[in-house]
Amino acid sequence: MLPVLIIIVVSAIAQLFLPWWIIAPVAFGSCWWLSKSSGRAFLAGFLGIALVWLAYAAWIHSHTDGILTGRMSQLLFKADVPLVLLLLTPVIGGLVGGLAGLTGYQVRRALR
Amino acid sequence: MKYIKPITLLLLTTLFVVVLSRNWGTVPAFGPLLSPFKGFWQNAEAKTDRTDQTVKINGTSQPVSVVYDDTGVPHVFAQNDYDVYFAQGFVTARDRLWQMEFQTHAAAGRVSEIVGERAIELDRYNRRLGMGYAAEQALKGMMANEASMAVVQAYTDGINAYIKQLSPAKYPLEYKLLGYAPEPWTPLKCALLLKQMTQTLASGADDLMMANVLQKYGREVTANLFPNYPAQESPIIPAGTKWDFTPLNVPAPPADSVPGSTLTFRWKEHDPSIGSNNWAIGPEKSATGYPILANDPHLQLNLPSIWYQVQLVTPTLNVYGASLPGSPGVIIGFNRQVAWGVTNVASDVLDFYKIRFKDARHKEYWHDNQWKAVRERVEVIKVKGRPDVTDTIRYTHHGPVVYLDNEKPFRSNIPVGYAARWVAHEVTNELTCFYILNRARNYDDYVRALAQYGSPAQNFVFADVNKDIAISPNGKFPLKWKEQGKFLLDGSNPAHDWQGWIPAEHNPRVRNPPRGFVSSANQFSTDPSYPYYLNWVFAPAERGMRINDRLTAMKQATPDSLRQLQNDNVNLRAANFLPVMLPLVNPQGLTEPQQNAFSALRSWNYRNDVDAVGATLFTEWLTLLYKSIWDDEFSREGQQPMRYPTYDRTLQLMTKEPSARWFDNVNTANRKESMSDLVNMSFRQTIDSLVRQHGSFGTEWVWGKHKGTDIRHLIPGLDAFSALDVQNGGGGSVVNATTERHGPSWRMVVALGPQPKAYGVYPGGQSGNPGSPYYLNLLETWRRGELNDLLYLQAPTDKNPRIQSTLILSPTK
Repeated sequence: MLPVLIIIVVSAIAQLFLPWWIIAPVAFGSCWWLSKSSGRAFLAGFLGIALVWLAYAAWIHSHTDGILTGRMSQLLFKADVPLVLLLLTPVIGGLVGGLAGLTGYQVRRALR
Repeated sequence: MKYIKPITLLLLTTLFVVVLSRNWGTVPAFGPLLSPFKGFWQNAEAKTDRTDQTVKINGTSQPVSVVYDDTGVPHVFAQNDYDVYFAQGFVTARDRLWQMEFQTHAAAGRVSEIVGERAIELDRYNRRLGMGYAAEQALKGMMANEASMAVVQAYTDGINAYIKQLSPAKYPLEYKLLGYAPEPWTPLKCALLLKQMTQTLASGADDLMMANVLQKYGREVTANLFPNYPAQESPIIPAGTKWDFTPLNVPAPPADSVPGSTLTFRWKEHDPSIGSNNWAIGPEKSATGYPILANDPHLQLNLPSIWYQVQLVTPTLNVYGASLPGSPGVIIGFNRQVAWGVTNVASDVLDFYKIRFKDARHKEYWHDNQWKAVRERVEVIKVKGRPDVTDTIRYTHHGPVVYLDNEKPFRSNIPVGYAARWVAHEVTNELTCFYILNRARNYDDYVRALAQYGSPAQNFVFADVNKDIAISPNGKFPLKWKEQGKFLLDGSNPAHDWQGWIPAEHNPRVRNPPRGFVSSANQFSTDPSYPYYLNWVFAPAERGMRINDRLTAMKQATPDSLRQLQNDNVNLRAANFLPVMLPLVNPQGLTEPQQNAFSALRSWNYRNDVDAVGATLFTEWLTLLYKSIWDDEFSREGQQPMRYPTYDRTLQLMTKEPSARWFDNVNTANRKESMSDLVNMSFRQTIDSLVRQHGSFGTEWVWGKHKGTDIRHLIPGLDAFSALDVQNGGGGSVVNATTERHGPSWRMVVALGPQPKAYGVYPGGQSGNPGSPYYLNLLETWRRGELNDLLYLQAPTDKNPRIQSTLILSPTK
């Protein structure tokens, strides 16, 4: 649980100021430091990033009545399916986070 | 060995991040685009997000208050000229930055920088037309005048102040989709924007097609089928108005022949859907005793919206109206004393000169019995992801050689081996005209403003609180001999050069005519008594005639009377043609849908209402009949492209010369078709093709569903950000000129008086952001033909329930 919490807090703050890909170094570092296995490293990276992205996206979606989520889903999927976009967003962020977390854990193991 | 796995993973993760970070062709960069912190999510806006706000900004000398109303219109209150135009630049960029920049990139031939090689030919076309050169000339004009120079600089500074404080997360969505960033604004971009308008409104030409007609059919037939004044017309300056000037001497047309062309080229013709209406009624016709003015410019309907409403207030200025994003000031609007509006003048201001080069190096050309040097201008087109493309464009004294005869033309409609003489290449200063109009107090100010104007020529309608009304087809008009530029011109003969300019004070103008109103709908500027040649063809007369009929009958008119006239759906073309066409239809042997259509047409009231089937039937039928009469002899396709005679001449032929040889289809060897044959064949074909398109005769055939109006985002194919198939009435030759892609891009009605009362709407919204509630918020009002009250504030502290938020631009120093 701890790495997930660390990733959530650190990545949320870092993304306010730094480019989007800062999520990769954050997940990488956190899992390097705290993760206990490959599986848990991937999961921590995935969940840590995906939860932040999901929560923020969902808040924006409801706050703005989904006005742009609808148009963007029309643009990307040719259909009015904002839910798909709301799920795709955390999955993409989560995959970056998961991969980076797994890498962080594996690199530390190799260097130990 | 233990390093293989982590290194592989490291590479894989890095690769994944890199792949997600960039555009792949038309596929956007999904990483940053989907990030809720940086991507499209950041562009989503709620109405409640617009709260009172103070922005510390380096630029204005005093604080500026910008009050936003409930339709998203900014009302700018500043203490001086610099601050007010600075703030206009700032707030316009805040709503429309991407559109402003994209339009000027397009005008400058720089789209390839954004989208890559697929735009190279488009960019080359704009550069060959001399758009960059034209903008540089316009910039010279702007900078030569102290007032316009200061205005452009302030506006530019305001836009740049906005760009400077913009973080990438808040870039307009289109930048994120296409993967680029805004660049600093420059005064040249203001000039490019205005030239873009000139290109839209005044770059159509059919000189080559007319030369082909002349070559094939000779002088007599050409004069007969393509006369220099229509059979039916109601000119803008009422017929019989006396000219209050002594005309200059205009040379007689030279005797030598018009050059023919062996080259196949076709230039973009005047688009008949681009036009506009405006009018003003005098005090004797209005219920208030003061003039009322109306204007609706018809353009291709796009998103973000073409116009941006703004109110600009300083101690010496209080103007409200529609501005063009990228150009300072108000283009169509009103102040406390006056109101004005514009429609396009279809004067011939673009001509093509056949250029004879000395040799294949294209360094010298023959003119006035000597070889003259060509000026070369090297254009460098930057292309995203590819090396630059360079293009050398040769300028003669006429203008740029648009294409050389050994080059393959872009599209099938570009001249090859001809120089373009175009009014847009002149040094002019349109901004000064609008600067004066924005501050005008009376008729004299209006006249003074108009004298400053160059292109695109416009019919400026005017009304003021002193109860004057006026209209003037106005712009820089070349002085020409009769029919000069109706056909191609000889670039080596000085007699074919433009002869100078019609003096501004000789431009047609009328003030307070006896009929009590002034109006324009792009028709002929004057009757044939005007001593100068402007063009041989203008927009068809139907809209103008309908407007003049209704205004003549109007008494005790209110702003709502004028709003209703803007939405008038009477199809005068149908009222003219159908009584000729319908009696010729032989009811024998009609299929069931053909019978249904026949009786629907017979009971149709000539109104292009949204639920009228008759409008669908007539429009498609006449289009096909027109084609079947003319296409065999005057085809736009093929080696010798030509154009058809006008609808006006066609109607005259059908009523006065029904046995003319033109009705026979020359492609059928053993048959001689009569007018009646064509009417019957085209009727049956029209109905059969409508059955194929919409199924059996029924509700799918109504005009609104058949026509539909698409308001498209500027990026081609971006349906998700467009408003498609909007249901409304109207049509091309109808006052409510709403067609499939064109229509009233801004409707305005202003009642002058002690306190002006104004109404307006356009199809879209103030915000250019597809994620904003203000992106399409005006569309439904526009579709229904209604107008919003325009909030004309007097002070930033005015209390009004429609005020939503205030933005303060506060100087840092």
